[in-house]
Amino acid sequence: MNWLNWLNTFFSAPDHRSGPDAIVHRIAEHLVISGEALAIAAVLAVPVGLLIGYTGRGTFVVTALTGVARALPTLGLVTLAVLLAGVDDLAVLIPLVALAAPPLLVATAEGIAGTDPEVRDAARGIGLTHRQVLFGVCVPAALPTALAGVRTSAVQVIATATVAAYVGLGGLGRYVIDGLATRNFPTTLGGALLVVLLAVATQLVFALLIRLTLPPGERVRRSAPSTKEAL
Amino acid sequence: MDGEPLVRWHWIGDHLGYLRDLTLDHAVIALVPVLIGLLVAVPLGLACVRWPRLYQPLAGLFNVVYALPSLAVFVVLIPYTGLATRATVMVPLTFYAVAVLLPTTVDGLRAVPEAVRQAATAMGYGPWHRLTAVELPAAVPFLTAGLRVAAVASISLAAVGALVGRGGLGYLFIDGFQRTFPTPIVAGIVLVALLALVTDLLLVLLRRLLAPWARRTGAGR
Repeated sequence: MNWLNWLNTFFSAPDHRSGPDAIVHRIAEHLVISGEALAIAAVLAVPVGLLIGYTGRGTFVVTALTGVARALPTLGLVTLAVLLAGVDDLAVLIPLVALAAPPLLVATAEGIAGTDPEVRDAARGIGLTHRQVLFGVCVPAALPTALAGVRTSAVQVIATATVAAYVGLGGLGRYVIDGLATRNFPTTLGGALLVVLLAVATQLVFALLIRLTLPPGERVRRSAPSTKEAL
Repeated sequence: MDGEPLVRWHWIGDHLGYLRDLTLDHAVIALVPVLIGLLVAVPLGLACVRWPRLYQPLAGLFNVVYALPSLAVFVVLIPYTGLATRATVMVPLTFYAVAVLLPTTVDGLRAVPEAVRQAATAMGYGPWHRLTAVELPAAVPFLTAGLRVAAVASISLAAVGALVGRGGLGYLFIDGFQRTFPTPIVAGIVLVALLALVTDLLLVLLRRLLAPWARRTGAGR
């Protein structure tokens, strides 16, 4: 057996072409679960990030959150959430949201706080209200940084959703976990490959989005990976 | 799970030796890759500073590698490294560590002011002596900052290895879940977080020993 045989077995299995275990269906599940978790996390984290970034208060929350979010094991959170709340989609979403929210909050706050103070003063000086300064000046300036945070969160959610298949969540993780449980390597490897492709595709989409939100003059400066982003 | 408390303390008391063994196993699986990652990232970073054209493609490559979901990478390695072996988990963790440490190494080496570099040369330092006596020490605050991120991430990622049969403390999550018994899961989460915290504190201490000036200038956090 080699890679080509494994993948051929995986992609040509009738179960993987139609029905509940179809590849298309699993990809859709994975995207829906990840999208839901990301959306809930954004609703919770972005307003707080805007507030912290604009007022400069509560930055210690940002520092603490970054540290804690990095140290928590995803598998532990997922298994505990399901034991405590039962196997339903909401229970599994809780740890996904909990892991997606901190990078979003941190990136939003950093982006807003990073707006040039002189530009902010100038905006106040020509008579804009705080609300107008925040949404008209700071938010557009913060978009590239904030989107980098969304990318970090999205990639993290895709990875965690894979792990969460262990506690019964659908999506591509099903192939990986079910294949491991039944010692069916083609299924496991096929699932893993699809997860990798999904993660890379997500990276590319966000790289493009970030490029589009950069002011034209900045687009020339390619962004190198930074320690802050690596989460 | 009705009536089952979140933590049964006597279970923890009965399993102290077991928990210690798992913690040690976890520390080896998670932290040896970070050390190997450092040994790879420093020469690679030096090469990137000397030949700047190398940096963008390498940084981009490792950026993609860092975003690959760990479980998927563990699984892809199984045909080569075997199921439930340390290598299956440690090889990907090494790549993640390099992905974090390469940019910090390059940032650190580039942070040495040109005047300092030239002063060292003017004082008769050869390239090797200048590297070990001037450039690498100056990069220490950046390296320890990178090591902190890499080590903490590696410790929490290693737990996922339990799904492919070798995850140190991660095994507690599988065990607790299969028996609908939350105590091992809680113990595992706390021990993983503690291991991360202790490692982080040790690295802060190391930076203070190796680069006492960094606290005042705030370089590398």
